[in-house]
Amino acid sequence: MSAAPSGDGWAVRTQGLTKRFGTVAAVTDVDLEVREGERYGFCGPNGSGKTTTVRMLLGLVLPTRGRVELLGADVPGDLARVLPSVGALVEGPAAYGHLSGRANLALLDAAAPGPGSRRERRARVEEALEVVGLAGVGRRAVRGYSLGMRQRLGLAAALVRRPRLLVLDEPTNGLDPQGIRRVHDLLLDLSAQGTTLLVSSHLLTEVEQLCTRVGVMDRGRLVVSDDVAALRAPTGRVLVAVDDPTAARAVLGRRVVGGHVVEGLGERLVVVGSPVADVVRDLVTAGVAVQEAVAERRTLEDVVLERTTAVGEDR
Amino acid sequence: MSGQAPALAAVVGVELRKLAARPRTWVTIGMLCALPVVVAVLLSVTEVAPRPGAGPAFLSAVLANGQLYPAAALGIVLPVFLPVAVAVVAGDAIAGEAAAGTLRYLLLRPVGRTRLLVAKLAGVLAFTAAAVVAVTATAWVAGVLLLGDAPVATATTTSGSALSTGELLWRTALVMAYVTLSMTGVAALSLLLSTLTDSPLAAALGGLGLLVSSTVLVALDAAQGLRDLLPTRYWLAWVDLFRDPVLWTDVQRGLLVQGGWVVVLLGAAWANFTTRDITS
Repeated sequence: MSAAPSGDGWAVRTQGLTKRFGTVAAVTDVDLEVREGERYGFCGPNGSGKTTTVRMLLGLVLPTRGRVELLGADVPGDLARVLPSVGALVEGPAAYGHLSGRANLALLDAAAPGPGSRRERRARVEEALEVVGLAGVGRRAVRGYSLGMRQRLGLAAALVRRPRLLVLDEPTNGLDPQGIRRVHDLLLDLSAQGTTLLVSSHLLTEVEQLCTRVGVMDRGRLVVSDDVAALRAPTGRVLVAVDDPTAARAVLGRRVVGGHVVEGLGERLVVVGSPVADVVRDLVTAGVAVQEAVAERRTLEDVVLERTTAVGEDR
Repeated sequence: MSGQAPALAAVVGVELRKLAARPRTWVTIGMLCALPVVVAVLLSVTEVAPRPGAGPAFLSAVLANGQLYPAAALGIVLPVFLPVAVAVVAGDAIAGEAAAGTLRYLLLRPVGRTRLLVAKLAGVLAFTAAAVVAVTATAWVAGVLLLGDAPVATATTTSGSALSTGELLWRTALVMAYVTLSMTGVAALSLLLSTLTDSPLAAALGGLGLLVSSTVLVALDAAQGLRDLLPTRYWLAWVDLFRDPVLWTDVQRGLLVQGGWVVVLLGAAWANFTTRDITS
């Protein structure tokens, strides 16, 4: 596709990225690193600096300090060279309301024509509409589109160039469950073909399902940047649901080696310091029926809530 | 083209397509054309023309020959109607895209900021030229149908000598060009404001503010020192193109003044737009 510069394995790399609007520090010393081919989730509360960071990556907002490298190219210096390889959805889709979705894509594409003949470009527009499920809407003006349709049109616009890097802000905003599933499948499919994804989202479950790595912003700083698997490693606690909690407590309390119950909520017990298998074996041996036993993992939500400022605090 | 910024021509083409696809463009041009037609109808029904020297320049002459009417029609829309339309289109240029959110997607294509600004300017000029051509054409038809159709030989300059058809044509063409270029000052200010605000309305009103202030100051004796620098100062100099021989002095000054405003205002627009954070 586009002959963009090679990224030395990095799709996105920032060093000390800082942005002040007047006296307000929107983003402070962010070192964001996204490897090529990775699916990176970008989370954080409202006003944490996510969008400003994304805008700086794409050259819309100019950094006060720090460096941005996109697919190995310097931003904003080499923007014109690198942007053809990047597809983006920033703060919601936008289109000319009096034109059809197809006309909108054709117009955007004509403003900075991609490679190939006119017919090939038209075919790419059709393909992009097809993959987001908008091929059938015909000549209807965007003005009459639903929120979900606009969102899908925005995605199509990002996909027309078959980019190497997709930067998507809230990609499933306004979509119904089927639409969300469809977009997730599409993104995973693109990722399997080698496209790098940088997805910023409030929906932590979405990031959990979609992404392999996650970065969390809080008050302008990148406070977490880690593999989803590492963040979601077992906590060492085992959650057990039993028919008879009293008996279960007694059984586990008699154990010489192994964990003990730290708390119980009705029929659910939390056991610390013992693998699931040992807990289940001891309970079953003692004749206590086990309905469910699972090693506790933290959700991404737990991680994000723990590392970021609670809502309502000064931000 | 891959991996490179697009040619300017592509961006200008897209701008022109966007303007042409917008109903507002044609409604505005239609309204611009309607006013001279209404004036022509009133003149032909009443046969009452303003006294020479009073009312819109030139109108008194057109009762005798409708072929002079295109120039008179341009004189009618020049002081207010045309600059208002130009300010609205120019004010919408960047701010309208920002308000709609399409500005960021254009820049991400990527359309370079300088290219986009130049393309927007080309779009505004094309709109102005199209409006001027449309007004001239409708006024010619209205003039020939409704007003005096005395032979061309009797079409006279304001100096009293006769005009041949050929002379009438090139003089009218010069007036069209001069009127179009006279709008560039207002267009440039609205375009500058359009890069400063995300509100198309504010940008258009700013351009109109310049128009009104300039008109007031030109008429004010106390502003004599400034007067010759004001953008509307030489707007009516198009009448000189119908003198015999053509009186070029004020036309040239008018073009120089517009040029000065355009260079300063567009320079500022460029400096602002290429270094500004796009947060819309």
